[in-house]
Amino acid sequence: MSETANLTARLTALANPTRFLALAGSLVPWLGGAAVLVLVVGLGMAFAAPEDYQQGITVRIMYIHVPFAWLAMFCYTLMAASALGTLVWRHPLADVALKAAAPIGAVFTALALVTGSIWGKPMWGTWWVWDARLTSVFVLFLMYLGIIALTRALDDQSRAARAAAILTLVGFINIPIIKFSVDWWNTLHQPASVFRLDGPTIHPSLLWPLLISAAGFTLLFLALHLMAMRAEIWRRRVSAMRRLSARAAEGKLAEGQAS
Amino acid sequence: MRLAAEALSGERGGEVIFSDTSFAVACGEALLVTGPNGAGKTTLLRILAGLLRPAAGRLALDGGGEEWPDIRAACHYLGHFNAMKTALTVEENLVFWQRFLGQARMTASEALETVGLEDIGHLPFGYLSTGQRRRAAIARLLVSHRPVWLLDEPTAGLDRASEGRFAELMRGHLREGGMIVAATHLPLGLEGAGELAMGGQAR
Amino acid sequence: MLALYLREVRLGIRAGSGALTGVLFFLAVVAVIPFGVGPDLNLLARIGPAILWIGALLASLLGLERLFQADREDGSLDLMLIADGRHMLALTVFVKCLAHWTANVLPLVAVAPLLGLFMNVPPTGLAAATLTLLVGTPAITFIGAVGAALVVALPRGGLLVSVLILPLSIPVLIFGVAASRGAVAEPDPFLPAFLILVALTLFFAVIGPAAAALALRNAD
Repeated sequence: MSETANLTARLTALANPTRFLALAGSLVPWLGGAAVLVLVVGLGMAFAAPEDYQQGITVRIMYIHVPFAWLAMFCYTLMAASALGTLVWRHPLADVALKAAAPIGAVFTALALVTGSIWGKPMWGTWWVWDARLTSVFVLFLMYLGIIALTRALDDQSRAARAAAILTLVGFINIPIIKFSVDWWNTLHQPASVFRLDGPTIHPSLLWPLLISAAGFTLLFLALHLMAMRAEIWRRRVSAMRRLSARAAEGKLAEGQAS
Repeated sequence: MRLAAEALSGERGGEVIFSDTSFAVACGEALLVTGPNGAGKTTLLRILAGLLRPAAGRLALDGGGEEWPDIRAACHYLGHFNAMKTALTVEENLVFWQRFLGQARMTASEALETVGLEDIGHLPFGYLSTGQRRRAAIARLLVSHRPVWLLDEPTAGLDRASEGRFAELMRGHLREGGMIVAATHLPLGLEGAGELAMGGQAR
Repeated sequence: MLALYLREVRLGIRAGSGALTGVLFFLAVVAVIPFGVGPDLNLLARIGPAILWIGALLASLLGLERLFQADREDGSLDLMLIADGRHMLALTVFVKCLAHWTANVLPLVAVAPLLGLFMNVPPTGLAAATLTLLVGTPAITFIGAVGAALVVALPRGGLLVSVLILPLSIPVLIFGVAASRGAVAEPDPFLPAFLILVALTLFFAVIGPAAAALALRNAD
């Protein structure tokens, strides 16, 4: 009981943007450093790993393609959780988290699509196929862009936040449906090979570099996300101060007229 | 029944525009909300109607019982806009609102007669003048029964004679035990109404 | 609620010519396709149901952004929000969607068989395409209600509505086309895809109005 109260208190304390700014400010260099370190190790191992007997050197693109695709989905899940935070608990940072995550998620999704396309050219002989996996990731990319467009279109922050949150949640419910429908429709992409109930089908010599580079990219994502959140909070403070100074000028005018 | 607000504050676009406002209105009483532009009169009324959330404070309708559990259920809201469709006739508009809002009181033609529009009920709303439109919107307050009237600049666009007639309507509503909260610049002709001056106490 | 439905349908028919514009747009979309792909009747017959679906999807997006905007501009939306205790807002939205569909999308479904004839679609294909449109287009309206509610405060949100809801309506399009193709091409079954289409419409009939009501309540 006291544990949950403690946790709530800590979450509330974190809601204070000033405290968050300080915490995030000290965390970002560590996260960034760790990301670089883990990425160097992971990608180094990736180049030391054996080549695939069928795919040859092109298999190495997997070590960046798969983490990008994971992060594209991870970022959307994070945004959906933030959307719940905005709508249910009205947590002030949740909305900042959602708004800051959307462009990063869009970039990772675009990177996943581009690297997949580069991988697909030698493997399938074409840059793009309208296959289930590609199509559903493409739709995910469109939804990221839609959310970004919506947050940019509304100028009132709290209204934009709740609108984006609702769209994110509706999209989150829809993603399984889209995935399932295009799965039914057409498929060429290989099935899941790492997270399976009967254990990974991928060889350990390939799996470890993959996991480590995925961890590295996740750390990179977290660092970028915290930086974007800090920038967003600062942007809001600047606009609040501008509005205040506009009001102060008005007040001065009224005083001048009175005297 | 009693409508009470305690330490209410409201915000618009992330800015607090009034704070720590308290008042109470009992049956048969009216409250005039006055103040300069931007003092938060409309925001206060929209908070009362449940269209906006108060930034802080408490709002309650005591003694409404099962029928009027909260202010939102018990109020008529007359905002800046008339909530009428220009493509439908005045009478069609009123009949729709009566059926949608429930608690029928007057028929549409009786209400139109009360506001002096009995001859043009068959015309599309779009053909009416500003004053006539406002009177048609006032007729909406009469077709369904609500104990609380929330009025935002109700006499905007009305001529002197219609203002007098509307004041008589409001006095009738108060005599029947209703309540009125009205935001206004102009005197509404309600004697003994309380006044809440906004602006100045906030910031 | 019946009063609301009747009012909305009457408004849709009387105010402006939304339905006519939609039908003309549908006609125009279908008419440009043969110019794009060439007048090969066999090819047109094969892609005909898909063309009908895409045309109907695009045409039903027209006018969606006015669904709540018109009510917001004249103050009706405020009264509907206040009446939430009496008529649940999601239900109000649902009825408005149904009325919008009746006044603006049903005419599209009605002219679909005629346009299908231009595309040389066989009779069974025509029947299947019309039936799937009849069952599937309400889902697009329900999804569209979410988009319309999200941009209700924007003066020119029409294009944004389309951008927001097109990705979400992909499943409806897939199963609509799959079912209408299944009726013509032998190996593909008609019924499973059709039933999934029905399920999608029912699903969005719940999710759409609920999310739209949430968005409308937060629009101020």
